[in-house]
Amino acid sequence: MLNLIIELSKYLLLILIVLYTFESFTVFKYEDDYDKRYILRKQLLLIVFLDFTAFLVIFLKTEKVEIIYLFGALLLYLIVVQALYRIFYKKASILLLNHMCMLLSIGFIMLSRLAPESAIRQFAIVAAATVIAMVIPIMIKKMYFLKNWTWFYAALGLGLLLIVLIFGKNVNGAKINIDLGFFVFQPSEFVKIIFVFFVASRLYRKSATFRDHVITTIIAAVYVLTLVLSRDLGSAVVFFITYVVMLYVATKKPFYLFAGLGSGCAAAVIAYFLFSHVRQRVVAWKAPFSVYEGAGFQIVQGLFAIGAGGWFGMGLCQGSPEMIPFVKQDYMFAAICEELGGLFAICLILICMSMFLLVVNISLRIKKRFYKLIALGLGTEYAFQVFLTIGGVSKFIPMTGITLPLVSYGGSSVLSTIIMLAIIQGLYILREDEDEEIERQK
Amino acid sequence: MRKLKDKNKKSAKKSQRDEEIMKKKRKKAKRSKNKEYTIISYFFVVIFISLIGYMVYFNVVKREDVISSPYNTRQNQLADRITRGKILSSDGQTLAYTETDEEGNETRVYPYGNKFAHVVGYDCNGKNGIEALANFSLMSSHNNYIEQVKNEILENKNPGDSVVTTLNTKLQEAAYNALGSYNGAVVVLDPKTGAVLVSVSKPDFNPNTVEADWDTLVNDSANSSLLNRATQGAYPPGSIFKVVDALAYLREHGTIDGFSYNCKGSITVDDHKIPCFGGEVHGSEDFTKAFAKSCNTAFTQIGLDLGAEKLQKTAESLLFNSKLPIPLEYNKSKFELGKAPGNPLLMQTAIGQGNTLVSPMHMAMITSAIANDGKLMKPYYIEKVETVSGQTVETTKPSVYKELMSEEEAGVLKTLMEEVVKSGTATKLSGESYSAAGKTGSAEYTGSDGKIKTHSWFIGFSNVEDPDLAIAVIAEGAGTGSKVAVPVAHQVFNSFYYN
Repeated sequence: MLNLIIELSKYLLLILIVLYTFESFTVFKYEDDYDKRYILRKQLLLIVFLDFTAFLVIFLKTEKVEIIYLFGALLLYLIVVQALYRIFYKKASILLLNHMCMLLSIGFIMLSRLAPESAIRQFAIVAAATVIAMVIPIMIKKMYFLKNWTWFYAALGLGLLLIVLIFGKNVNGAKINIDLGFFVFQPSEFVKIIFVFFVASRLYRKSATFRDHVITTIIAAVYVLTLVLSRDLGSAVVFFITYVVMLYVATKKPFYLFAGLGSGCAAAVIAYFLFSHVRQRVVAWKAPFSVYEGAGFQIVQGLFAIGAGGWFGMGLCQGSPEMIPFVKQDYMFAAICEELGGLFAICLILICMSMFLLVVNISLRIKKRFYKLIALGLGTEYAFQVFLTIGGVSKFIPMTGITLPLVSYGGSSVLSTIIMLAIIQGLYILREDEDEEIERQK
Repeated sequence: MRKLKDKNKKSAKKSQRDEEIMKKKRKKAKRSKNKEYTIISYFFVVIFISLIGYMVYFNVVKREDVISSPYNTRQNQLADRITRGKILSSDGQTLAYTETDEEGNETRVYPYGNKFAHVVGYDCNGKNGIEALANFSLMSSHNNYIEQVKNEILENKNPGDSVVTTLNTKLQEAAYNALGSYNGAVVVLDPKTGAVLVSVSKPDFNPNTVEADWDTLVNDSANSSLLNRATQGAYPPGSIFKVVDALAYLREHGTIDGFSYNCKGSITVDDHKIPCFGGEVHGSEDFTKAFAKSCNTAFTQIGLDLGAEKLQKTAESLLFNSKLPIPLEYNKSKFELGKAPGNPLLMQTAIGQGNTLVSPMHMAMITSAIANDGKLMKPYYIEKVETVSGQTVETTKPSVYKELMSEEEAGVLKTLMEEVVKSGTATKLSGESYSAAGKTGSAEYTGSDGKIKTHSWFIGFSNVEDPDLAIAVIAEGAGTGSKVAVPVAHQVFNSFYYN
């Protein structure tokens, strides 16, 4: 009987996310504010309904009380965060907020099913992060001097990365974390934001000369190289792509885009021959079954999970995603495919895409170049990280071991993503203010 | 008055036009200003769409292959919801089923016991054979939906799908009995489809008690009973390799006509002497006779004339040293000669000794390609998957794997092999209502006791005009091909045509 409920629930969950995804694209069509607000409210209802269904199923299957508490906490979080933004930041982008809530919800559902203790820990971090992030939009508005701190950003970011390189904890051959006792801190997640601020502050001036660009490029290259040496390949690629995109948009020179991408490909080939850990990843990607006992094990297990799920999934708590090593961190996407199905996963990809387009749209409308570049840089980082993790898990591209923002387990990752989104909200509010000013002048 | 109106109209029109131009200009400026944004957006949209495209591709194309990997143990997690399905023979007999007692304990039962041990395999200790190959289907249920819902509500298990194999119990039993107490293997393929009709391997084991016998079986390295010799065996081919020589000769000269050789009973080159079997002297012979009588001296000369490179090329075109399309565990066949092997090794290789090693399955595949006008059909064991009530879930469609030789080449080899039955080393197969063609082999090897022994080989096919069965038989250390392997094939053919 319970199996039957679970069987039905997976179709219900799919319908809910399909509706949500559909509306996250159609909402742009409506000019009228009232219609927009109606749809955004409907989206919120869909999220709550999705959470309710999923947590009910998990509770029925596991019969753990924590699941009810987790659902209660999540519901409270959704209400509070939506209310706070509506009260304090009337001009914030509710669609962006909804997307954040949706992705966090999917993450919590899977995490509660995989490891309730981790879900509780993650929830505490998310709640704290959201509260901290509430002040960021105001800070953005008041701190107009942010664009002058160029060398502070450069030093802070590089310093953090060097500390990891020297003192970092070695996890599976990669130095990514610093253990602070109570919290395993992953600096590269925060350096991502600092890096974007640094690059934006260097490039926003129209008077920037070729010499300026060369210096900026050298510093960016040092960032990327430090990450490669720490074996944090995923972050290295994200930083690299972000820099190329920002440079291209700031200078409007297509040459930089092609030269950047070209040298990136060349660097990848050189890295392949220079570093054995890069080669290992490529082998595990090309023929994971041949190295099943070693580097291919995780990839093969991930593929089994995606395959087992098919289009509609096995249903919550019906698969065995726990067979995949590091499923909470790196392989959340495979777990989603296995239990909620390939179609659900495709909707997830579309939501991430909608999130990126929304951020680009915000960036497009901002007048001040510094803020424009920041929004674009943060959006690029987000989009490319999504591509790397989903592509890696599904064996579309080699695995780089990077988290799926907001969905994966990991304190630093979720904290930095929430901060990123708060910054973007701040910029969005700034833009709305600008618009109002123009209206008034007219 | 009218003029004035016109003038007004004109000026209005003009200003309208100006405005439009301005608008266009502004739009253009805006577009060029946002060109970078458009490019970046498109770039990432393409990236996201390709991710989705890949997900679709994975689910449509690659999924089946990935989940049916023997490494995949996920389906076993469904054991508390699904009763493992049956494995059936193509003639409707049950080869494996799950018995549930009153307390709900399940036992896997194999009614045919040792006879199908290797090919059907077992469902414990890591799984093997068709039990491993078809694990996903056996643990999936496509039962009627209402029935499934009913079972869920009553908390009964759903019955897994049945796997209908290509194996034929009558032929398998005939082959099993014919091989008798010899170790070795028999493989029978349908040359037109690639369906595996028979796969016998001896020594065998009892799959009903394999879990209890496991330690004994694993430690018994003298017999290696768990090894499926049909696909994993690696034997010297002996004279059946002359089929490869003949093909290489044919490719070099375009015809076998005009070949003549005078057999004096042995040939010696570089102090290396190769005699004909049993010291026989065949005298003056053409190609057909040399092949029919399996004349070692003639084929040694042919090998020497062709040289290592051409032999290697022909052997590799017949899938030596390469992957084979066999869905069960198998060993690649080995042909190692090198560019300048020296005459002794070349001579040995030409008569199927030397470093060459083959599996019975591979030999059956080459034979089936000869029977099927040169086209090798992809071998398969699973004919279809059915629901418990007999509705078809999926069917295997026969497919050509590769054209190993041209139709003409296959025709010549066919005629040569026919003569082997008519007047050569396999005359025991003649005089039946069906026609047959083949090649015997007597492959020498050094036994564990240090003595030189002979494997008895036969490859061939029945009903030459429109072949029904392609067979490969090996009986380890049994003597010449004519003595043991040919009679085994004879009994299998008879059981197909007479009973």
